[in-house]
Amino acid sequence: MKVFAIPLAGVLVTAGVVLAHSAASRAAAPPGTTKVTIDNFAFNPKEITVAPGATVTWVNKDDVPHTATGKGEPPPFDSKALDTDDSYSFTFARPGTYAYYCKVHNHMTGTVIVK
Amino acid sequence: MSDLIERNDSNDGVDRRGFLKCMAWAGAGVVWAMKGGILQSHAFADASPPAAGADFTFVQLSDSHIGFNKGVYTDVLGTFRLAVERANALPTPPTLALHTGDLTHLSKPAEFDAVSQIMKSIRAERSFYVPGEHDYFVDDGAAYRERFGKGTLGTGWQRFDYKGVHFVGLVNVANLTNGKTALGVLGRDQLDWLQKDLARLGDSTPIVVFAHVPLWTIYPQWGWGTDDGAQALSYLKRFGSVSVLNGHIHQVVQKVEGKMTFHTARSTAFPQPEPGKAESPGPMKNVPADKVRTMLGLTEVTYSASAGTLAVVDSTLQ
Repeated sequence: MKVFAIPLAGVLVTAGVVLAHSAASRAAAPPGTTKVTIDNFAFNPKEITVAPGATVTWVNKDDVPHTATGKGEPPPFDSKALDTDDSYSFTFARPGTYAYYCKVHNHMTGTVIVK
Repeated sequence: MSDLIERNDSNDGVDRRGFLKCMAWAGAGVVWAMKGGILQSHAFADASPPAAGADFTFVQLSDSHIGFNKGVYTDVLGTFRLAVERANALPTPPTLALHTGDLTHLSKPAEFDAVSQIMKSIRAERSFYVPGEHDYFVDDGAAYRERFGKGTLGTGWQRFDYKGVHFVGLVNVANLTNGKTALGVLGRDQLDWLQKDLARLGDSTPIVVFAHVPLWTIYPQWGWGTDDGAQALSYLKRFGSVSVLNGHIHQVVQKVEGKMTFHTARSTAFPQPEPGKAESPGPMKNVPADKVRTMLGLTEVTYSASAGTLAVVDSTLQ
């Protein structure tokens, strides 16, 4: 039993690392990313981290219109209607966490972290 | 064809045989016949319409998305026009028309103009509209209200009485919560207005409520529901006959709960997937071009024992 138990544990650990890695890569973009693609009713990457002063650009590659609208009153940024292939850029001067959504499909959400 | 359910084995109000029969029917849009406060509906192609003896009929059109042109959905103007023509060709033309929103795709003046132009050809005495999010999000509904919201209140709410039936048009697409909920929202002002409006009516008044986004929760993951819809429905519970008609999800979904019937209509522009059956609620992919008009339709027949006979039939363009 012992002989089999050791390699099995090794496999489990490896699988755990792979899962954790792929989950992390879905949630956050690599440093330096400033482009967010909108496709299939989702912001991709869903979360990005940029330095203060960086400009983030959203591009709508979906076949229906969307917006990237910061949550808050008034919204800190608002792309207005983005039809297919339209894009919108916003420069984040101040550090903070900016949650945003699509005004047409409120279940679509994303986050820009500025630090 | 009988509007009654012949078998109801699963006790869900849906008779499979009747359901399949109705699926084979051809036509466009939904026609409703009001008879003693109970909504009945039938296909445009039905040879024996239940309109005979009914007080009146009306047609529900939805999600015309004028301006959309992607994939195989290249003729939304043509399919919308066809739906109107089918309504006009009915043996008993509907006297009212309700459009349950997303008239346009991007609220452009030319898109609204095209909707007006086509709706001019409908033979109904009066047409009523509520906005969808596509009519609203670009300019907070300003262009919509200017053209289609004359005489309405707030963001476009309205009420009217027709031959003893009380109609209420609600707006649940205004961005009142700034993204705090994924669902549609009516808002406090509109709810107060609704409560006051209904307070003066007797319990036996038949009520028809129409709004774009379903007032009950169908699939919150895609935003298919109304955050404060339950509040609105609580005001309606005491009435003997309530019919809630919505659009937004581009497919027929129906539910009967006590004396309330909930029904969503098909789009005249493009179909959307069943809840959770695709990665996103976008226009259905992989639909052959020659099947598009058959996708703009499905049919259900439902019966509610507590409410009496209620037959609901939606039909396809082809």
